[in-house]
Amino acid sequence: MTEGMLREPYATLHQQHQAARLGMHLFLASEVMLFGGLFAVVMVMRILHPHEVVAASERLHMWLGAANTAILLTSSLLVAIAVEVARETRRRATYRYLAGAALLGLLFLALKAFEYGSEYEEGILPGGSAAALSNPVQHQFMNVYLVATGLHAVHVTIGVLLLAGLAGGLAAASLTLPKRIPLVENLGLYWHLVDVIWIFLYPTLYLAR
Amino acid sequence: MTHAPAHPIAPNPRNLDDRGLSETPAQHASYLRDGYTLRSWLLTTDHKRVALLYLASVTMFFFVGGAAAALMRFDLLTPEADLLTNEGYNRAFTLHGVIMVWFFLIPSIPNTFGNFLLPLMIGARDLAFPRLNLLSWYVYMLGGLFTLFVLVAGGVDTGWTFYTPLSSMFAHGHVILAATAVFVVGFSSIMTGLNFIVTVHKLRCPGMTWGRLPLFVWSMYATSLILVLATPVLSVALALIAAERLFGLGIFDPALGGDPLLYQHLFWFYSHPAVYIMVLPALGVVSELVAAAARKPVFGYRFVAGSSLAIAAVGFLVWGHHMFVAGQSMYASAVFSFLSLVVAVPSGIKVYNWTATLYKGDISLDPPFLFAMCFICLFVLGGLTGLVLAMLAIDVHVHDTYFVVAHFHYIMVGGTVAAYFGALHYWWPKIVGRMYSLAWGRVGALLIFFGFNLTFFPQFILGYLGMRRRIHVYAPDFQVLNVLSSAGSSILAAAYLLPLLYLFWSLRRGAPAPPNPWGATGLEWTVPSPPPKHNFEVPPVVTRGAYDYGSRHEGRS
Amino acid sequence: MAHPLLLRAWIVLLLLLCATVGASFVLAGAASLAVALGIAFAKAAVVYWFFMGLRREGGLVRLAAVIGTLWLLILLSLASLDYLTRG
Repeated sequence: MTEGMLREPYATLHQQHQAARLGMHLFLASEVMLFGGLFAVVMVMRILHPHEVVAASERLHMWLGAANTAILLTSSLLVAIAVEVARETRRRATYRYLAGAALLGLLFLALKAFEYGSEYEEGILPGGSAAALSNPVQHQFMNVYLVATGLHAVHVTIGVLLLAGLAGGLAAASLTLPKRIPLVENLGLYWHLVDVIWIFLYPTLYLAR
Repeated sequence: MTHAPAHPIAPNPRNLDDRGLSETPAQHASYLRDGYTLRSWLLTTDHKRVALLYLASVTMFFFVGGAAAALMRFDLLTPEADLLTNEGYNRAFTLHGVIMVWFFLIPSIPNTFGNFLLPLMIGARDLAFPRLNLLSWYVYMLGGLFTLFVLVAGGVDTGWTFYTPLSSMFAHGHVILAATAVFVVGFSSIMTGLNFIVTVHKLRCPGMTWGRLPLFVWSMYATSLILVLATPVLSVALALIAAERLFGLGIFDPALGGDPLLYQHLFWFYSHPAVYIMVLPALGVVSELVAAAARKPVFGYRFVAGSSLAIAAVGFLVWGHHMFVAGQSMYASAVFSFLSLVVAVPSGIKVYNWTATLYKGDISLDPPFLFAMCFICLFVLGGLTGLVLAMLAIDVHVHDTYFVVAHFHYIMVGGTVAAYFGALHYWWPKIVGRMYSLAWGRVGALLIFFGFNLTFFPQFILGYLGMRRRIHVYAPDFQVLNVLSSAGSSILAAAYLLPLLYLFWSLRRGAPAPPNPWGATGLEWTVPSPPPKHNFEVPPVVTRGAYDYGSRHEGRS
Repeated sequence: MAHPLLLRAWIVLLLLLCATVGASFVLAGAASLAVALGIAFAKAAVVYWFFMGLRREGGLVRLAAVIGTLWLLILLSLASLDYLTRG
C-alpha cells in the first residue's frame, strides 16, 4: 500500500503519479526543442559550409566521444535498472544503482573536461591560437561545439547532482520507497533524455564526414 | 478520463456549519478570506490567488508599456525628432515591444483568466502542479523586474525582435541583460503551458469528456502546446545572441561565414507561434462571451474546438512570412506564403461559427458582450490585412511599413486586449464577488472601440502610402494621419484607465454578485461568487454539453 | 541475468555505437549523414522504448514523449528548405 503524499487536487495517488509522469515528458519535450535550436544551427552550418564542417569535425577526439557515449549509455542502463528495483521497493539496490549512474555521469564530465583541456592546448578552442584552424568557419564550428556540449554538460551536472542527492536520501532513509518511486522514475526520465541528447550530439559533431 | 471517487460525505445543506470539502469556515466562504497576510498571498498555491498576483503584475506592465507608447505617439505628432533623440526613440519602441509582448500579452489571458478559470471549468480543485504555478509567477516577476532594471539603466535599441547583426555585433545598450530578462520569463511560459496541459488531461471531473469542455479550455490547451514547444527555441536564440556578443561565436556574422538570417529563423520559429499564444486565449474568451451573449450553444462546437488545435499546429509552419525580404530563398518564401494563407482558415471558421451562434440569439448588450463584438470586428479587419501581408507579392511593398504595425495592433490590441477586457468584465463578478456599473462598462467598451480605431486605422493608410515603421522623422505629408493616430491614442489611454476606476469602485460599493449574474452555462457559474478556496464542495458530475442553453430554458416554464 | 530485457537493450545500444563509429570510417557525404542519423534515431528509440519504459505506457504518454522530436523536425525541414534553395 502506498501511504502518504496525496496532494491537492488529486483524488488518488495513481492520478497524481500519472500527472507527474506526463508533466515530466512534457518538460523533456521542451528540452528537446531547446537543444533542437542548436541542432538547427549545426544543420545550417553543414548546408552552407560542408567541407569546413567536416574538416573541423575530423579534428575532434572521436574516440573520447565514443567512450563518453558508452559511459552515458551504461549510466542510462543503471538508472533503468534502478527504476525497476525501486518498483520492487528494494531501497538498497536502488540507491546503489543510482549512485553508480551518478558516478558514471561524473566520469563523463571528467572526460569532457580532459577533452576540453586537450582541445584548448591544440589551440582549436576559442581563445586558442588563430593559426590552429585554417578557416573562420572551422572556428565557428568549434564555437558551436563548445556551446552545444557545454549546455549538455550543464544538464549532465544537474542530473548527477539530482541522482546523487536521491541516492543519498534513499541511503540515509530520509527518502523511502514505495513513497518515492515516482521521484526515481521521473528523475530517471530526465537522465535518459540527457543520454538521448548526447546520442544525437555525438554523430552530429564528431562524425561529420 | 479521470474518475474521482464518490465523495463519502456530501455536505448537508441544512447544516450551516457543514463545510463540505473545505478545511475551515473561511475557506468555505471565499478564497479571498483564506488569509489576509502578505504571506498568504505570496506563498499561496491557490490557482485563484496566483491568478490575482498575475492580474496585478500584468496590469502594471501594461501601463509601463503603454507609457512607452505614449512617448512614441507624442514624438510622432511632429515630423521632426523633437521629443526624443533617435537613440531614445529606438529604445522607446524596443521597450514598448518587449514589455507588451512578453510581460503583458503573452501572460495576460492565460495566466490571469486561464489560471483562475481552468480548474473551475473542468471541475477540479486546483491545477495539476499548484506550486509550479506559484513558481511561474516568481520567474515572471524576476524577468519583469530585470527588464525594468534594464530600462532604467538606459535600455536597448534593437527593437523587440533583437535582429542580428545589429544586436549581436553593433548595438550599444544592454542587449545581453535584456535578452537574459526575456530568457528568464520564457521559463514562466513553459511552466504554465505544462501545468495546463496536464491539468486538462488528468483533472477533469467525472462526466467532463473532451466533447463537453468549454471552448475556453480548448483554446487554453492549444495555447499551452505552443507555450511548451515554441518557447525553448526563443531561449536558445537569445542565448546565442548573448554568446555572439560575449564570445564572438560567429554564426550570425557574414564575415565569418555565418548567416544573420539564421537568427531570424530561430526567433520567428518561436515568435510567430507566439502571436497565436497571444490570440488563441482571446479567441477562447470570445467563444464563451458569444455563447453567453446570445444565450445559445456555440454553433459548430467541434469545428471551433478543432480550429484552436489547427491554429496551434499550422501556426508553426508559417514563420518565414516575416522574412520575405530578408534574404530568404524565393522558393521557401512561396511555401511560407501559401501556408500563411492556410492558417487564416481556422480563424475564419471561428468567426463564421460565432456569427451563426449570434444569429437568432437573444443578444444581450452587457459590457462583456460589447467587448466581444468589438473583438470580432477588429479581429476580422486585422485578420484580413494579415492575408494581405501573407501574399508575398504584396508584402514586398508593405513590409516594414505602418501597414504591418496597424495589422498586428488590430489583432493584438483590437483583438486580444479587447478580449482581455471582455473577460475582465465577464468574470469580474465571479473573481471578486461584486457587480460593477453596467452603464460605465458599456461606456468603456465604446470608448475603447472608438479610441482604438482612431489610433490605428490611419496607420493602415500611412503604411500603404509608404511610411516606414520604427522611425520618428518622417515626410511632412504624413503628419495629418500621424496626428490623428496620436489623438486616438490619447483617447485610448483614457479609455483603458476608465475600467480601472469603475472596477475598483465596485470592490467597495458594488452590489454582491450572485453565482451566475449573466445566466450563462459553465461549472464556474455553479459555485458562489467568489468561489470557496477549493472551488467545489463536492466533485461535480457533468452530464451535459458545455453550452446547454436550450434544455435549461425548456426545463423552466 | 537479473534484468534481461534492459541488459539486452544495452548491448544493442553498444553495438549501434560501434556501427556508427565504424560507418564514419567508411562512408562520406550524404550517405554518412543518413546512416549516422539513422543509427542515432535507432539508439534513441531503444532508450525510449526500453529504458524510459514507453513499451508499458499508454498512447498519451507516448505522444508526449515523441512530440518534441516531431516538432523539431518542423523547424529543421522548413529552415533547410530555405538554405537548400538559395540561389
